[in-house]
Amino acid sequence: MANPTTSQAPARTKAPEAGALVTTRRKRRYTLLTRQDKLLILMMVGVPLALDLLLIWGPTLASVVLSFTNWDGIGPVTGNNIVGLKNYQFLFTGYTLFWPAFSHNLIWLAWLTFIATPLGMFLAVLLDREMRGTRIYQSVFFLPVVLSLVVVGFIWELQYAPNDGFINNVFGLVKSGKLIDWLGNPRINLFAILVAASWRHVGYIMILYLAGLKSVDPSLREAARVDGATQVQTFFHVVLPVMAPINVIIVVVTAIEALRAFDIAFIINQGKNGLELLSILIYNNSLSEASLVGFGSAIAVVLLVISLGPIILFLSRTMKTLA
Amino acid sequence: MNLDLSRRDVLKIAGYGSLAAFIAACGGNTNTTTSGITAKGGSMSLGSYNTDPGNKKGTQALVDAFSSANGGTKVKINTVDHGTFQNQISSYLQGTPEDAFTWFSGHRMRFFASKGLATPIDDVWDAVKSNYTEGFAASVKGDDGHVYAVPTDYYPWAVFYRKDVFAAHGYTVPTNWDAFKALCVQMKKDGLIPIAMADKDGWPAQGTFDIINLRLNGYDFHTELLTGKQPWTDPRVTAVYKKWSEITQYYSPALSGLTWQQGADQLLRKQAGMYLLGLFVSDEFKASGSPADLDQLDFFPFPDLGTQYDAEKALDAPIDVYMLTKKSPTLSADLGQAKAFMEFVSKGSTQVLYWQNAPGSIPTASDADKSQYPALTAKAVQIVSSAKRITQYFDRDSRPDFSGPNGMQGFLLKFLANPSQDTTSLQGEMKAFWDSLPPE
Repeated sequence: MANPTTSQAPARTKAPEAGALVTTRRKRRYTLLTRQDKLLILMMVGVPLALDLLLIWGPTLASVVLSFTNWDGIGPVTGNNIVGLKNYQFLFTGYTLFWPAFSHNLIWLAWLTFIATPLGMFLAVLLDREMRGTRIYQSVFFLPVVLSLVVVGFIWELQYAPNDGFINNVFGLVKSGKLIDWLGNPRINLFAILVAASWRHVGYIMILYLAGLKSVDPSLREAARVDGATQVQTFFHVVLPVMAPINVIIVVVTAIEALRAFDIAFIINQGKNGLELLSILIYNNSLSEASLVGFGSAIAVVLLVISLGPIILFLSRTMKTLA
Repeated sequence: MNLDLSRRDVLKIAGYGSLAAFIAACGGNTNTTTSGITAKGGSMSLGSYNTDPGNKKGTQALVDAFSSANGGTKVKINTVDHGTFQNQISSYLQGTPEDAFTWFSGHRMRFFASKGLATPIDDVWDAVKSNYTEGFAASVKGDDGHVYAVPTDYYPWAVFYRKDVFAAHGYTVPTNWDAFKALCVQMKKDGLIPIAMADKDGWPAQGTFDIINLRLNGYDFHTELLTGKQPWTDPRVTAVYKKWSEITQYYSPALSGLTWQQGADQLLRKQAGMYLLGLFVSDEFKASGSPADLDQLDFFPFPDLGTQYDAEKALDAPIDVYMLTKKSPTLSADLGQAKAFMEFVSKGSTQVLYWQNAPGSIPTASDADKSQYPALTAKAVQIVSSAKRITQYFDRDSRPDFSGPNGMQGFLLKFLANPSQDTTSLQGEMKAFWDSLPPE
């Protein structure tokens, strides 16, 4: 950023002669960019764009194409593999696991949005108040974030185990013989792993939000206090609006976390018996030994379409803030 | 250290042999050092899913023995976590796999053979088949009639129990369904969990489905059902669930949250009376560190259900095999060595070497030295050899996509969550799921 050639604003103000020279000589459309600038922009935009197309949009489009086939992952895709919309038709009408998985993702999203994320924000607000031992609290809440969800899954699996697990033992359920099957009962296991996922998510949101809070100009709060606003009023009417960019990031992070949820459920029981998630259906159908690549791709396309929502929201908000 | 040195010495000596082989190979024929299909010296590679400590040690022992016996052939072993290996088998075999690999017999072998991802080894089999019984011979044939694998070990599924628990309560081994249920009632009265069931991983319940279906409807129906030639809505399947629901009340509480190891623990700690599982449950007893516990472990075959199929004495006895890949970049150069390896693992003496490290895996070769088997292994051999029909286990006899977590594993968990339910709609789901799968 410090390098003037990579920053457009100084180039525009400091070297107008170069651009003017080009226009007068060739009678071309007025441009402020030298040939070197153009080359640089081409490199800076072109290389990432090419990589993006190759590594992200290539496979994405391949998935879309594969979703119209019954390819099993072995040998080339031939005309015989094309089955049209059959995969989608079965997915929406015949596949008994799709709607449960879809609703589990929605529950995941709702849980994170209404419970875990607000809790993380609340902790951030508390810790922002410079109370004693704030560093220690920060570290404690942030610690789970450095663990991968696979490890989180293992840790909580031990807590939830029916006979030897911590939770059933500490509440005396093992002794009284009224075992709660936290991970095996399809009515409660989703919430059991949501608690585990939140354990990590709360810390993540807290640290993001805390960083945002630190950047809020203290004079705003002072002004609010002078005007006689209460703590709660100050937060909702002054701090929250100022934090708009961070809020968008928080919303998007939450949505993305909900959509890409995979690891914990997979570690617990490979995503069956109440823990079906869209990502897991993709894995179990196309990447595992099953090799239903075509059908798995159809689920992936559906997940992609759903994911576009928060992505578009995020991008449009980012563009707006930049402009 | 000493052992390592001596092995190295062996390799060194063997190296001269391989030098000779190399010179001969320059002459344009890779097989000159031996007669026929195998070659000594040189090198080969092996992809292995044997990651549990005992199994890994056993594989290494077997490979070392092969090296020293085969003119110092250098074997590169690539060990991959069991579950990962299984999940990635399709891309593994299509990419740049090792020359030989560890795998399962049954449908899982035939599937990849029919996709052209395995090399037929009829010539090796012709040389070693006299060492195998009919049942094993049938288990390694592909759909096209060619042989694709060498069976190296197996383990039966049966009802395991502790001798001391049975003696203390005066229980006798039940041979029919009524006696079995009566025993469950008695155990419950005595404060035991009659039957340990631990189905968090989804596959253990499939063993119970297999055995009830085999006893109730026979081997032929079972294999046809698992390969889609009979519909899942068949009333005979309904009968299986009905029969099954008579014993589910005696299962471990919270069974869908327990791993098979935790189930084994219930048996080990005398909390549960019986446990229907594979012989590998003995590994858990061995791991407990107390040989006295392992001595108490015994088993009996699943009780008769009073049908004509009781006489089949059918049971699940999955067979593990070695196979040759097709796409290995080194296979054309190493084919002689790889075939020598296949021949070597078919020997009883080799398989015993592996079994000594992994006692849950019984050698398949007829010439294996059975005199050193402890009572448990000897009994396992006996019940398998007296079985007229042997199946490979649900997830090896059926399609992996059908038997997997989002297929039959999930359906059986649904059944176990409410065993007294009318299974019509559940069976409808099973059939719809089968019908939805693309042709293989």
